[in-house]
Amino acid sequence: MDLVEYCQVRCDYVSLAAFPRSASAYEHKAFRDGQFGRSEPGKQNFNQVETTHMKTNRTKLALAILAAGSALAIATPAQAGKTLDAVKARGELVCGVNTGLAGFSAADSQGKWSGLDVDVCRAIAAAVLGDGNKVKFVPLTAQQRFTALQSGEIDILSRNTTWTLTRDASLGLHFAGVTYYDGQGFMVPVKNKIKSAKQLKGATVCVQSGTTTEKNLTDYSRANNLNVKPIVFEKQEAATGAYFSGRCVAFTTDASGLASIRNKDAKDPKEHTILPELISKEPLGPVVRRGDDEWFAIAKWVLNGLIESEEYGISQDNVDKLKAESKDPVVMRILGTSEDTGKLLGLDKDWMVRALKTVGNYGEMFERNVGPKTSLALPRGANALWNKGGLMYAPPIR
Amino acid sequence: MAERAPPRKRAWSWRSQAFRGLIYQIVAVALIAFGVWYLVNSTLANMAARGIQSGFGFLLQPAGFDIGESLIPYDALDPYWKAYAVGVLNTLRVAAVGIIFATLLGTVLGIGRFSGNAIVRGLCYAYVELFRNVPVLLQLLMWYLLFADMLPPITEALSLGGVLFLSKNGLSFPVPVWGPGVGLALLGALAGMVAAWLYRRWAIARFEATGQIRSLFWVPMVIVIAGALLGWIAGGAPSTWNVPRPDGFIMHGGASATPEFLAVLLGLVLYTAAFIAEVVRSGIASVVRGQVEAASSLGLSKDQAMRLVILPQALRVIIPPVTSQYLNLTKNSSLAVAVGYPDVVSIANTSLNQTGRAVECIALIMAVYLTTSLATSAFMNWYNRRAAIKER
Ligand SMILES: N[C@@H](CCC(=O)N[C@@H](CS)C(=O)NCC(=O)O)C(=O)O
Repeated sequence: MDLVEYCQVRCDYVSLAAFPRSASAYEHKAFRDGQFGRSEPGKQNFNQVETTHMKTNRTKLALAILAAGSALAIATPAQAGKTLDAVKARGELVCGVNTGLAGFSAADSQGKWSGLDVDVCRAIAAAVLGDGNKVKFVPLTAQQRFTALQSGEIDILSRNTTWTLTRDASLGLHFAGVTYYDGQGFMVPVKNKIKSAKQLKGATVCVQSGTTTEKNLTDYSRANNLNVKPIVFEKQEAATGAYFSGRCVAFTTDASGLASIRNKDAKDPKEHTILPELISKEPLGPVVRRGDDEWFAIAKWVLNGLIESEEYGISQDNVDKLKAESKDPVVMRILGTSEDTGKLLGLDKDWMVRALKTVGNYGEMFERNVGPKTSLALPRGANALWNKGGLMYAPPIR
Repeated sequence: MAERAPPRKRAWSWRSQAFRGLIYQIVAVALIAFGVWYLVNSTLANMAARGIQSGFGFLLQPAGFDIGESLIPYDALDPYWKAYAVGVLNTLRVAAVGIIFATLLGTVLGIGRFSGNAIVRGLCYAYVELFRNVPVLLQLLMWYLLFADMLPPITEALSLGGVLFLSKNGLSFPVPVWGPGVGLALLGALAGMVAAWLYRRWAIARFEATGQIRSLFWVPMVIVIAGALLGWIAGGAPSTWNVPRPDGFIMHGGASATPEFLAVLLGLVLYTAAFIAEVVRSGIASVVRGQVEAASSLGLSKDQAMRLVILPQALRVIIPPVTSQYLNLTKNSSLAVAVGYPDVVSIANTSLNQTGRAVECIALIMAVYLTTSLATSAFMNWYNRRAAIKER
């Protein structure tokens, strides 16, 4: 294996790191072909994909790495308003999502994406382009996601990503809000009769790299003198595979991710339990590039609009009726029947109407994708509205 | 050209080939330097413009993450550079052990191709074709899944005499508790090695002078072991061992070759051995038939002929391509992340993720592989010069 080949396999993100928007043609194709994630998200056989990836893309990726080098020289920083114009001109929103995390972002056998993170992108596409289906979803691993955003490959990253100071302040991006308040937990086999994370003294714990989870695990281990041994995998499938085969005593990631993985990947979900301790705060939310405040505002306010709509009882079903009849000043402002709030964002006055028609309000998104009636059955908990005992509080559309 | 060197006064003219050559070289170097400077400069400028922070300063900050296995004491509060050092050592460990085993296995397989026994020949052939034609990443994953699935859980660990354990934790074995006695034993072994080497030189000289054959394997071996034993006894014969102890689903104490390490090692060894076998085979095939005949007419056994006549001559042909196999093995060890072994790439991945310094972290990985590869080549070149036929 020579150096270039080595880079293809191990660090395809290098090429992305350096890519300016203008040089993205190659990468777009790679993404379209699904080569940066799994081409068939339904299938879990990453070994095969990785090998095809190695073989078929050998030259292409080598070229990409070379091109990355030369492209740097002509790159120009993102300019204000550029993203909105580019999205409009393209007629499509490019949205980075998880490679497959049921309930948050996963594609079905027809390649149709669904999930809470996916709905955020659909709502933005509806607000900006008038059609929630005009979204191209780019599946990204934990490792690839920020580079894909920095390089301009995607317009927005909506992929169970934790908002932290380091990410916010040093990666050249902005978090547009919180879509799910989460915390890191542990999954263990029921048969080991572990009841608390404190019993994991000296235990091996499987983790996926490229996430906030490694550091949290270490912090928790230190604070409680547990001396756990992390085994770090680059791909989620390898990490969960090692856990399910019994190599690790526990698997750790966001509690929501644990629920999703247990539900989808365990032979029998009942054989695994999620321990009560949540060892960190993981506020997950959509992310945009720095340097484009207009686009940042759009992402922020579509999200706020979805949350505030729940507070004021505007839903997918009654949005048309309320638009025609409501005399509530807040509802009228959200639906653009009094002040034109959309105009301030560079959109039209029906922006929230379209978003709500596409995905419903935040509460509906939650219930449909991850709520108690779904197979994930996550309680609303901290994600309830602020006036219902939760943390979801949107600044007003005013 | 030497005979027709241009007259001195023309040296600075365009018609002088030497002068033109010099100018071309200067221009080429200047262009490359400019290109590199331009790329680095604009990368930095672009990153700054996008609010992406850069620089190697992070290396001095605490890493904040634990590493599953380490050859040196490491703590999450240690700085990033130390985490990198742990990763580099893990890479070198698997590469060094891998190179030794791959060489042994490859040589046996390569010689096996010349066996008089058709079954042995066929098996060696089949091995080579099987292992060099399956991508090494797949092999790593296969071994890992096999280990992770087939090995018994720690609660049911297979035990050998209560000190060795085979379980999902890998092969757990006792290690001596560090103390002055252990240090002396190591020193003794080291002194034994030097003595063994001196003995070997003396024995070879005796052989060339008198024709007496002395054991070149058992005697040195005994010398080394005796040295270690002496050191150990001098150190008060300490016998406290840190013995692994399974306790529920956790293995306490001892040390272990983890399934991750074993999977990477086995995958790399089996894969690389197939290539080395081919190199050895072609090396042996390159030794002219007359040498074998000459050896047997001198009364050397088949075994002696191979060891004393054929292999030394084949080495000349074998060493350069085997060097590149060693380099391949080292570089392929970067696939270890796939099976959770904390090699330097794995550490760099984590650092990259935590600090966002993509360019810097990748540059560090490149520097590490470049250095190890250049060092390996330098060593093998030195060895190659030694093995080359010295015309007398
Ligand atoms: N919220 C954490 C973790 C997010 C994360 O990547 N989780 C893993 C495990 S649930 C995942 O989604 N992996 C899927 C993949 O990389 O393809 C973060 O932002 O770092």
